[in-house]
Amino acid sequence: MNRTIVSLFSGLLFAIGLALAGMTDPLKVISFLDFTGAWDPSLAFVMGGAILVYAPVYRLITRASEPRFDSTFHLPTRKDIDLRLVAGAAMFGLGWGLSGFCPGPALVSVMSFGTDALVFGASMAVGMVAFGIWQQRRA
Amino acid sequence: MTEFTPISSTVGGILIGLSSLLMLGFNGRIAGISGIVGGIWGASSSERAWRAAFLFGLLGGGLLVFAVAPRAFGDGSPTSLPWLVVAGLLVGFGTRTGNGCTSGHGVCGMSRLSPRSIAATLVFMAVAAATVFVTRHLVG
Repeated sequence: MNRTIVSLFSGLLFAIGLALAGMTDPLKVISFLDFTGAWDPSLAFVMGGAILVYAPVYRLITRASEPRFDSTFHLPTRKDIDLRLVAGAAMFGLGWGLSGFCPGPALVSVMSFGTDALVFGASMAVGMVAFGIWQQRRA
Repeated sequence: MTEFTPISSTVGGILIGLSSLLMLGFNGRIAGISGIVGGIWGASSSERAWRAAFLFGLLGGGLLVFAVAPRAFGDGSPTSLPWLVVAGLLVGFGTRTGNGCTSGHGVCGMSRLSPRSIAATLVFMAVAAATVFVTRHLVG
């Protein structure tokens, strides 16, 4: 129950952060990615601001033995850079550049009820489920 | 050309960082949107609850933004609907295949100095910028 409440609040705060940052405006995202055109560097400040807060406190928090509402920290441990990682990141980059939507802002934008966000959000969900089915078949 | 907004973008980034710290400190989880939301599919019922709650938080936040500051959505995506379908499939399948997106790799992973996240962030940034170069300057 506690975990669920934290997640709900965290998602809400994340959405407000994305909107305030300008990440929910696809044209702004595309302008950020347009290095050779009318470049708008604003969104570099989003990643900068987030890392500025997260990086130092991450180190303090994970020094504790366990998180408040779980018995362990669920952190990725792999360090190898394999083809699957690079191919997946490339697919994501292609879709992001084409649309101006990455997953968080896309989900927040669904609630604007714009046709673009609804179509993108539905396709993204299909892509995620397709991956899930593919993984189940391989297992 | 969009307006340069260093202050609101930094403040927004700080809120994203704080939200991610809540997930870490209380739930022990990385705040990666594609992982949390994509992981709803096939998760056990106890796992599904917190993942779905995060998704509802995002959607609730979207509704709040729509009510208070609808201009945050700009004029939507300039991309045509067929290309939005292609882009959505690529983003959904690609982020799951590459284990993360802008939040999980770009913020959390970069902060942890994870080699995989640094590599993934460089790749998706470079491919996205190359894509925009092609669509805006070569065929646009």
